[in-house]
Amino acid sequence: MAVQPIRKPTRLEPWQDPSQTPYVRIEKVTKAFGDFIAVDDVSLSIYRGEFFALLGGSGSGKTTLLRMLAGFETPTEGKIFIDGVDMAGIPPYERPVNMMFQSYALFPHMTVEQNVAFGLKQDGVAKSEIRERVGAMLDLVQLGRFAKRKPHQLSGGQRQRVALARSLVKRPKLLLLDEPLGALDKRLREQTQFELVNIQEKLGVTFIVVTHDQEEAMTMSSRIAVMNHGVIAQTGTPTEIYEYPQSRFVAEFIGSVNMFEGRVVEDQSDHVLIRSEDAGCDLYINHAVAVPSGATVGVAVRPEKIALSKEPPAGSDGRNVTTGIVREIAYLGDVSIYLVELKTGKTVRVTAPNLVRRTEMPITWDDEVYLTWRPFAGVVLTQ
Amino acid sequence: MINRLRRIGLWGRGAVLAVPYLWLLLFFLVPFLIVFGISLSESVIAQPPYAPLVEWLVDEDAGTTKLQLLLNLSNYLRLGGDDLYVLAYLNSVKIALVTTICCLLIGYPMAYAIARAEPAKRGPLMMLVVLPFWTSFLIRIYAWIGILKANGVIDNLLQWSGLTTAPFELLYSDWAVYIGMTYCYLPFMVLPLYATLEKMDPTLLEAAADLGCRPWKAFLTVTLPLSLPGIIAGSLLVFIPSVGEFVTPELLGGPDTLMIGRVLWNEFFANRDWPVASAVAIALLLFLVVPIMIFQHVQGRQAEAER
Repeated sequence: MAVQPIRKPTRLEPWQDPSQTPYVRIEKVTKAFGDFIAVDDVSLSIYRGEFFALLGGSGSGKTTLLRMLAGFETPTEGKIFIDGVDMAGIPPYERPVNMMFQSYALFPHMTVEQNVAFGLKQDGVAKSEIRERVGAMLDLVQLGRFAKRKPHQLSGGQRQRVALARSLVKRPKLLLLDEPLGALDKRLREQTQFELVNIQEKLGVTFIVVTHDQEEAMTMSSRIAVMNHGVIAQTGTPTEIYEYPQSRFVAEFIGSVNMFEGRVVEDQSDHVLIRSEDAGCDLYINHAVAVPSGATVGVAVRPEKIALSKEPPAGSDGRNVTTGIVREIAYLGDVSIYLVELKTGKTVRVTAPNLVRRTEMPITWDDEVYLTWRPFAGVVLTQ
Repeated sequence: MINRLRRIGLWGRGAVLAVPYLWLLLFFLVPFLIVFGISLSESVIAQPPYAPLVEWLVDEDAGTTKLQLLLNLSNYLRLGGDDLYVLAYLNSVKIALVTTICCLLIGYPMAYAIARAEPAKRGPLMMLVVLPFWTSFLIRIYAWIGILKANGVIDNLLQWSGLTTAPFELLYSDWAVYIGMTYCYLPFMVLPLYATLEKMDPTLLEAAADLGCRPWKAFLTVTLPLSLPGIIAGSLLVFIPSVGEFVTPELLGGPDTLMIGRVLWNEFFANRDWPVASAVAIALLLFLVVPIMIFQHVQGRQAEAER
C-alpha cells in the first residue's frame, strides 16, 4: 500500500488557513435510531473545493452522516451549516447540495437525457438552456452517444457516469457521493477515480465522498475522516493518516501494519526508546511521545518500511533490528509480501519491491533473515 | 449422443407444454366453439332448444344425400338492431368504468400506504385486504343490502344525525351497484398496485427530492409513471369481470339497471333463447378480448424492459 496522493501540494491548504471559513460545518452532530447511535457527537469542518472522504467500515455511521447533509435524515442533536446557513428544517429539495447515490437511483422510465435534465426542469430552467447544459454534461462524462438510451440499456460504468452527470448538472456547490465506485470492477474503478478528481478540479465543486475502500479514499481525497462506530477516529490528509495514525484502529484500518507492544524506557525530546518483548529488540523512534516512562505503548511499523537481508546490517546498534525465519512469500509482480516469524513467535509482514527481474529469489522460504527499519519508520500509538 | 439428448429434451419440453395447452383446448376453446356454434343456430322449441347447424339431408326422390350447413346470422343482427342490447352493452361499460375508477381512487392510496408501511406491518395489512374473500361473496352482497336499504344502517345513521328526515333508500339504484361492485373488486386493484409500488426503489424518490423536486411533483413524475403497469393490470382485472357482472346488479341494482350479464341471463333462462344468449356471450367475449390483448402487450413490454 504505497499509493501517493495525486494532488499537487498548494500554497496553504484551507484547513491550515485560519482566515478561511469552512463551507460545511458539522457541529456536535448525533444521530440515534432508537437505541442504536449511528453517529456520535461528530464535528467536522470541510472547506470549499475540497475532496473530502468519509472512510469507514459498514455501520461506522459514514452514510448516515452523508444522508444528514443531504437532508434525508435529521440529526438527533447538533447542527449542520452549509455555506453558513443552518440546515435544520430545510428539506432535501431546497438544499444547495446534490447527491450521487450508491445504487445510482436512475429513473428507469426516463432516458439518459431526461434523467440528467430532471433537476434542471425542477428549477424551471429554459428548455434551450436545459438542452445545452445536458449536452455539455453528457459530453463531459463521455455519454453523448447514449443520450436516448434507457438506464437498463447501459453498463454499470455508464450508469455510474449518468448518475454523476445528473448530480453535477445543477452545478451544486457541494456534491455528496455515496460509494460512487462501489459497483464497478477494479480496472474501471481506478480509471474512474482519476476521472472524478479531474472533473472535481475542473468544476471546482466541493466533494464529500463516502467510501469503505481505503485505497479509493487515499487516491482521490484531499482529506480523510476515518470513522469507527459513529465516531471520527482521525481526520487528516492521506499522508498524515497513513504515516502518522493516531490510534491502533486507524493504523490497522489503513493499509497493513505490524504492531509491537513495548514499554517506554527512555523518553527524550528528540527520540523515544521502547523495550519490546514482542519485537525481540529495542525500538528507537525519532519523535517524542507524551507518556510517562514505563508506560506500555504500541508501535506501528508499515510492512514496506522494513528491509530484509540475509547478512546482519552493518553499523547496527541492535536497535530496530530483529531476526526471524521466512514462512510465507506472496509474489505480486511489482512487490513481494514476506511473512517472517520472529524468534519471539510473532509474525511480521514485510513488503519489498522486486527491483530486479529474477527467477530465483535471493530470500526464500525458511531462510533466516534480519529485519531492520529506520528511526522514522515506527509510530508510537498510545490509544 | 448429444443429438439424442436434445431430442429427448425437446420431447420433454413438448410434453410439459402440452398439459396447459390441452387444458386450454378442452376447457376454453372447445366450450367457446360450442357456444359459437349455438350462436349461429336457430331457436326451436325442443330439447336442446336450438336447431343443429349441420344436417344430413337425404332426398329420396332425387336420390341425393346432402350435408347442409345452416348459419343463422340473425342472432347477431338482432344484437345490433335492438336498442336493448346496445344499451345494455353501453351501460355495462359505463358501470364497469365507474367501478374501475372508484377502485383506482380508493385502491391506489391503500396500496401506497401498505407499500410504504413498515415491512412487518405489510403482511397483516395485505391480509386485511384479502380477508373478505374468506366469506362467501353472496353473503357479503346480502350484507350490503342490509346496509343500503331503507331503514338500513346508512339510512338510520342519516336520520339519527338529522341530515335527512324521510327514509332514504340507496338500494336498488345504480349507486348501490357502484358501491357493491367497487367493494367486491377493490382487492383486485390493490394487489397488483401493491406489487408494483412495493417493488419501487424508495431511493428514486430521494433522488428526485435531491434534484429539487417537491414531494407531490415527485409522485407525479416518478411514482405514478413507474406504477403504470400496476394501474393497468389492476384496472383490467376490475374492468373485465365488471362488464359481465351479473350477481351484484341483480341483487343491488334497480329494475332499470340494465347490464349485459342480466340480459344474457334473461335470454338464457327466461326466454330460453339459447342462440341469442350465445350471441350475446360471444359479442361480450370479443368485446373483452381487446382489453385483454392490450394487457398482454403491456405485460410483455414490461417483462422486456426488466430484462
